[in-house]
Amino acid sequence: MSNLLEVRSATKKFGDFTALNNVSIAVPKGSIFGLLGPNGAGKTTLIRIVNQITLPDAGEVLLDGAPLEPIHIKDIGYLPEERGLYKSMKVGEQALYLAQLKGLSKKEAKERLTYWFDKFDISHWWNKKIQELSKGMAQKVQFVVTVLHRPKLLIFDEPFSGFDPINANVIKDEILQLRDEGATIIFSTHRMESVEELCDHMALIHKSNKILEGKVTDIKRAYKSNTFEVGLITEDNNTILQSLQDKFSVVPADFKTIDDQLKLKISLDKNVSSNELLSYLTSNAQVVRFNEVIPSVNEIFINTITDNE
Amino acid sequence: MSKLRLIMYREFIARIRNKTFIMMTFLGPLFAVGMIALISWLTSVNSDGPKQIAFIDETGSFFLNFRNSEEVKYINYTDLTLEEAKDSTLTKNLYGLLYIPKKASHKESTESIQFYAEEAPDFSVLNSLEKRIADKLTVQNYKKQGLDVAAIEDAIAEVRIQVENFSGEKTSKYQHLIKMAFGGAAGYLLMMFVIIYGNMVMRSVIEEKTNRIIEIIISSVKPMELMMGKILGTSFAGILQFIIWVIFGLGLLITANVFFGITPEPSGVDSSILLQESNPQEIQLLVQDILKLPLGTLVIFFFIYFICGYFLYSAIYAAIGAAVDSETDSQQFMLPILLPLMLGVYVGFFSVLEDPHGVVAVTFSMIPLTSPIVMLMRIPFGVPWWQIIVSIGLLVGSLIFMVWFAGKIYRIGILMYGKKPSYKELLKWLKY
Repeated sequence: MSNLLEVRSATKKFGDFTALNNVSIAVPKGSIFGLLGPNGAGKTTLIRIVNQITLPDAGEVLLDGAPLEPIHIKDIGYLPEERGLYKSMKVGEQALYLAQLKGLSKKEAKERLTYWFDKFDISHWWNKKIQELSKGMAQKVQFVVTVLHRPKLLIFDEPFSGFDPINANVIKDEILQLRDEGATIIFSTHRMESVEELCDHMALIHKSNKILEGKVTDIKRAYKSNTFEVGLITEDNNTILQSLQDKFSVVPADFKTIDDQLKLKISLDKNVSSNELLSYLTSNAQVVRFNEVIPSVNEIFINTITDNE
Repeated sequence: MSKLRLIMYREFIARIRNKTFIMMTFLGPLFAVGMIALISWLTSVNSDGPKQIAFIDETGSFFLNFRNSEEVKYINYTDLTLEEAKDSTLTKNLYGLLYIPKKASHKESTESIQFYAEEAPDFSVLNSLEKRIADKLTVQNYKKQGLDVAAIEDAIAEVRIQVENFSGEKTSKYQHLIKMAFGGAAGYLLMMFVIIYGNMVMRSVIEEKTNRIIEIIISSVKPMELMMGKILGTSFAGILQFIIWVIFGLGLLITANVFFGITPEPSGVDSSILLQESNPQEIQLLVQDILKLPLGTLVIFFFIYFICGYFLYSAIYAAIGAAVDSETDSQQFMLPILLPLMLGVYVGFFSVLEDPHGVVAVTFSMIPLTSPIVMLMRIPFGVPWWQIIVSIGLLVGSLIFMVWFAGKIYRIGILMYGKKPSYKELLKWLKY
């Protein structure tokens, strides 16, 4: 799979402050790429560089293999976190204007807007002013404007903020559909559950440096610690616990069950396979729960950030 | 459509759809006419009817000259004593009491005339009283000397000096004033335009910042394009407004002409004052003078200075708008705009009027921020070509520099929120 976007050693300084320090990322074509990081890490600066709003002091950006140029503006759709629309302008006019700025002809823009407005059932908003709409409604218009010119690369900064759960779902489905239609999506958010759900690749930026990047599954594999959550029904909890503690490193676990169980988290050495543990357990107790502990993106995020403090 | 044109068009439409703009455009002229009417009405209210002046003429030979007029009404108190007359003047709340005592000769009498009034009397009233008495006395003196009054009146010469330049063209005495009026109007117009439309540019920039739409826009267009589109679009709205006003004015003049038979008067000249004491020949000369002004040159340079000056200031306004979060924060940066504008207008009205080619006038017509105003005021008086070339050269140079400079500030400023920047901070942005 080739990369749609490559940022190579981008560095950006504002006076004495380094906003981005030698950051490289590669976003594969057709992926949903999670760009994560605490507040002020440099995500927005990186996104602005990709959008050609700011120029990097050093490094280069390649889109589809070619250095980024003004003509690429039409290939990128950007939904910034700080977003808004002209309050006193009518919805339709405004959408047309923004679409034309992205290089669409007026006719084309109108056709596509009609399609999207019908799809979202918001056609009757055309002649309303933005100030008459609620925040969520305005967000919908904004989403349409972002994707209208069918860009190859879509950058969403906190796309779900301001949406109720139903509309957030509508937007999520649209994002997935856009991906299926061939768009590549960069996704910047603090909501880890949506990263978990949507992203197949991710990068973590912390204090102007990239500290982690890769496929989400690869990262999880790298961060898992060969630990298993186990639920046992035994005749004598203490004996079993004692014997387990002799062989493995065991800590008590906590999960919800309907009957009384011995709940444990058991970590294995690298050379010990899960089958060994399982066969030992089955011979000593009734196993009602056995699953590998896979770190959540949230845990990876928090752990990596704390490790790098 | 190119992006610049799109932005210009949007700005233009946004400006002219604005309610304030529509009000200003259509009610502005009515408002101006209304203000003039109001002021003249207030002035007429201020002078509360004819002044009532009582007089005691013990000589009995002057009162015939005191004819009632619209301003002054005379009341003969000669039958009363001085004390009675004073009391009566006070109780009746008259303007004052003129007392001409009887002395050995009229000459002595006139030297001891008194005017009693509670408040210091109007200078013009006293003047007119003195003149009336003096006229009467003069005629009496002529008669006493046995002179023929009619012959003397015939012999009094009235002189009006005709001004003529060395190439033999006749000019009116008001030429200097006409030139000043034309130049002054042009300079003043430029200042008003800069303040009104510069502010619109600034508000439009701030609006995009507070609406948070700016990041979406500049992911599609270059900040410089956005800034120039704003300035251009807004200026077209301004030009449209001017055109509407001119049509309005012409319409009013034509209507006035049809209904009241008032002849159109040269604009920009307060003709009522000029016409009061001039004869038809003078008016002819006046019109000739206006036509003789280098009108073509004037119009061309008006546009050059107008456009350059407006752009120069608008760029600064745009940069200020980008640097601040709200209009209230913009106050601290207003000084660099208002100071040169005010300076230009004051230098224009004082130094240029006094000596259009003096050192101060020439200097300020070279300095870029004041040159549009001051040079526009000087041009009717004839400015050497080299001065115009230097002035325009400096202006265009600094215009380019200012647009570049403002573009830098703009580019950074539009993405900065929450901070109230200082001048020092703005300088730092240049390096980003």
